[in-house]
Amino acid sequence: MSSSAKADSVLALHRFGMGPRPGSIAAVGTDPRGALIAELDRPLVLNAAASLPSSAKAYRTVADANARRAARAKQAQQQAKKQQIAAVPVMSEAQAQTQGQAQGQGEKDAAEMAAKQAADAIPDPGRPIYLQEAKVRTEAALAADIGFAERLVWFWSNHFCVSANRIQSMSGAYEREAVRANALGRFVDLLLAVEGHPAMLFYLDNLGSMGANSTAGINRSSGLNENFAREIMELHTLGVRTGYTQDDVISFANVLTGWTLVPPGDNPEHGGEFTFNPRLHEPGGQTVLGKRYEQEDAEQGRAVLRDLAAHPATATHVATKLARHFVADEPPPALVEKMAKIFRDTEGDLKQVAVAMVSSDEAWRGPPSKLKRPSEWGVGMVRATGITTVDPVRFTGGQELLGEGLWRPSAPKGYPDDEASWIDGVGRRLDIANNFAERVATTADPQVIIEDVFASEIAPEVKQAVGRAESRQQALALLFMSADFQRR
Amino acid sequence: MGVVNHLPTRRELLVGSGALFAWSQMPRIARAEGRDPRLLVIVLRGALDGLGAVAPVGDPDWISLRGDRALVLDGKTPALPLDAFFALNPAMPNLHRLYKSGKAAIVHATATPYRERSHFDGQDVLESGLVKPGMTSSGWLNRALLALESGGRVDPRGSRALGIGSVTPLVVRGSAPVMTWVPQKLLPASEDTQNRLLDLYQHTDPKLASVLQARMRLASLGGAPGVGDPMSDDPTLAPPGIARVRAYFAEAAGTAARYLAKPDGPRVGAMGFVGWDTHIAEGAASGQLYNLLGALDGAFAAIESNMGEAWRETVVAVVTEFGRTARINGTQGTDHGTGTVAFLIGGGLNGGRVIADWPGMKPAQLFEDRDLRPTTDLRAVLKGLLRDHLRVEEKVLAEVVFPGSADVKPMGGLVG
Repeated sequence: MSSSAKADSVLALHRFGMGPRPGSIAAVGTDPRGALIAELDRPLVLNAAASLPSSAKAYRTVADANARRAARAKQAQQQAKKQQIAAVPVMSEAQAQTQGQAQGQGEKDAAEMAAKQAADAIPDPGRPIYLQEAKVRTEAALAADIGFAERLVWFWSNHFCVSANRIQSMSGAYEREAVRANALGRFVDLLLAVEGHPAMLFYLDNLGSMGANSTAGINRSSGLNENFAREIMELHTLGVRTGYTQDDVISFANVLTGWTLVPPGDNPEHGGEFTFNPRLHEPGGQTVLGKRYEQEDAEQGRAVLRDLAAHPATATHVATKLARHFVADEPPPALVEKMAKIFRDTEGDLKQVAVAMVSSDEAWRGPPSKLKRPSEWGVGMVRATGITTVDPVRFTGGQELLGEGLWRPSAPKGYPDDEASWIDGVGRRLDIANNFAERVATTADPQVIIEDVFASEIAPEVKQAVGRAESRQQALALLFMSADFQRR
Repeated sequence: MGVVNHLPTRRELLVGSGALFAWSQMPRIARAEGRDPRLLVIVLRGALDGLGAVAPVGDPDWISLRGDRALVLDGKTPALPLDAFFALNPAMPNLHRLYKSGKAAIVHATATPYRERSHFDGQDVLESGLVKPGMTSSGWLNRALLALESGGRVDPRGSRALGIGSVTPLVVRGSAPVMTWVPQKLLPASEDTQNRLLDLYQHTDPKLASVLQARMRLASLGGAPGVGDPMSDDPTLAPPGIARVRAYFAEAAGTAARYLAKPDGPRVGAMGFVGWDTHIAEGAASGQLYNLLGALDGAFAAIESNMGEAWRETVVAVVTEFGRTARINGTQGTDHGTGTVAFLIGGGLNGGRVIADWPGMKPAQLFEDRDLRPTTDLRAVLKGLLRDHLRVEEKVLAEVVFPGSADVKPMGGLVG
């Protein structure tokens, strides 16, 4: 392979994939564009996910544990109170009156403590589920030949983010069921899958949202929550400042009333699954973006979502975000327009949009100046050593320290994709790299990584610094921290 | 569905909250006057419900808007009276004490020029200081700092120190050199490794070099990151309870104050706290908002005590991107709104008053029949502080710091 072909392979792996790993340059071969496109033709299936619970099952498991915790706590509290009553010594009425208040407080504290201890004895099953999901997802990225398809899953998962801070048990299954299953399909199917997923409905506060004139809304003082409708238009489809109004948000929120999940307590088979609850739904037609929707039930919301998916503003919004993520903070306008056009022409065929991106010269021309996000950099570092399994506690902990906790963005906008947001965190990456280098120094040889994994496509200054390092750990830390590893 | 717990997670606290971004130079004119002012800006991300924080208990329409969720003087947890009209959330006794002693002021029915309801655009306007979102990549505080002639560097070894923080907020982005600090958990790489990496960056990537250099300088300034990190004993990274949130707010704000108080420390800083987006079960009188305001109140106490002597010349401005709906929504929370409050505290403040041109709360008086109508431009408040406390020129404020704000006069008399 010629030197420039090798350089293209390395660029393909960094920019569009998960980074070079042993054997990956050979796997890319002499036609990097073709290799990237070929990867999209393979099914995006996670074999290791067979043992993982569905989102609904995970949710029921947590709900069940919560119920048992509550029961256990109540029992312990009652027990503690009984014991205290038995222990109160006989005293005069006057004594009892003066001491009563303090005594009452002490009893209350003791009972609460007993309740808490009893509840804590039953661990929260949400966290182990989260960690298993994290392991399967991360190892898929480590094992991929190139990792273009996995990068697309990560991209869409961040675009349609939920947060494990709110809904830990479902966050991994959400990505598998709604995002992964549609990441190479049509945008409208992806949109319908994510917005109808219980994890999203939970995350964006739609479960209890009800129309003012719905059966439930008339009987109660509760009502509408706008959050879900607003974020769908602002973040998921049209993009901010694209012409929708506050009235559109309210109408769309009314359309989406009733999109909720089956309560887990009373339905061991279907609890935690999506359901449309007509009792919450605002009856009648609604006008969104000037169009009237007269459908009954969930079809009304699906019809609006289909129109949002087909809106030209959505094509531009999505194409811009994709190009910004993969190519440059300020992507070439010609590239964005090309991708947006394919999006419009193919009715949002996401595989064709991805193919259009890697087939465009503009996507390859720029220098590797884009700063990798912490998660991409972290996976790239592990891949370079050839390691294919991870301890999810350690790996997710590292992601959190670098400011990009897995499935934990602090807002529905997801994690940012520009250098200004992340560059100040590079100092902290050094601590992570140093820590990782210490652990792998006995098995990973920095010279082998440079020559075999990177095919020597690395700056001479880096080779020199690695060669002069005082220890293998230091050499690895310098290599992982080099601009060749940080940028793509 | 049970009530969802919205407490921020540990990671959110580390990234979105508590990181200090500080300027390491002294304002020259103020120095020449023999003063040594400190300014700390705290951004509450997620949109604070101003009406849940400072309630217009004297407004006849207040109760009808919030019903039994309204803060009142004779509630189960009675609000703390500020004057004949306003009362403070009961979770904030420190702020109440500062107010009574003239060291705190509250600006009510205030907002930036932003009138839509996107958090992200709202924060962009709040932090950029421009009238519309998406117009610049620098923040008003950074541009104000740039305009101040330096009266000398506080750290003779360099103007720029470390960025350990992961996501730099817009308000401090820009060309004035700024350093950042967040609590550190991992043991840092050795000085030798850092020096070698710096050398490598200097030959291959100047941007990465300047970031690393900044970090090394802050470490040498003696910030001793890692010491006193209240969460370093927690390997599980589990979401904290409110006790931890309180501890973290106090620790982060207290550390910021310790830096600002040092004779050779920074004079101007900014930090953010997340978690104010109370769509569900807001709990102004006893739930999540009450808890968060309590944590913020604890942060105020930590700032006051850690500032020491410098407290006399300190002003802290607490701002948020917009307010929330005047009415409670369908899920016992509030949705994105417009007018809200700003808290001003500090020994340098001429406080003891609620500054408000009260718009009223009848449906027609609300903004778009849903939000508290903003009657005070938040830029007037910030401009007043920058002019009278740090001595940024009025013309610069109108043209550079808050471009196009010539008709928004700086609010006078805030600094005592």
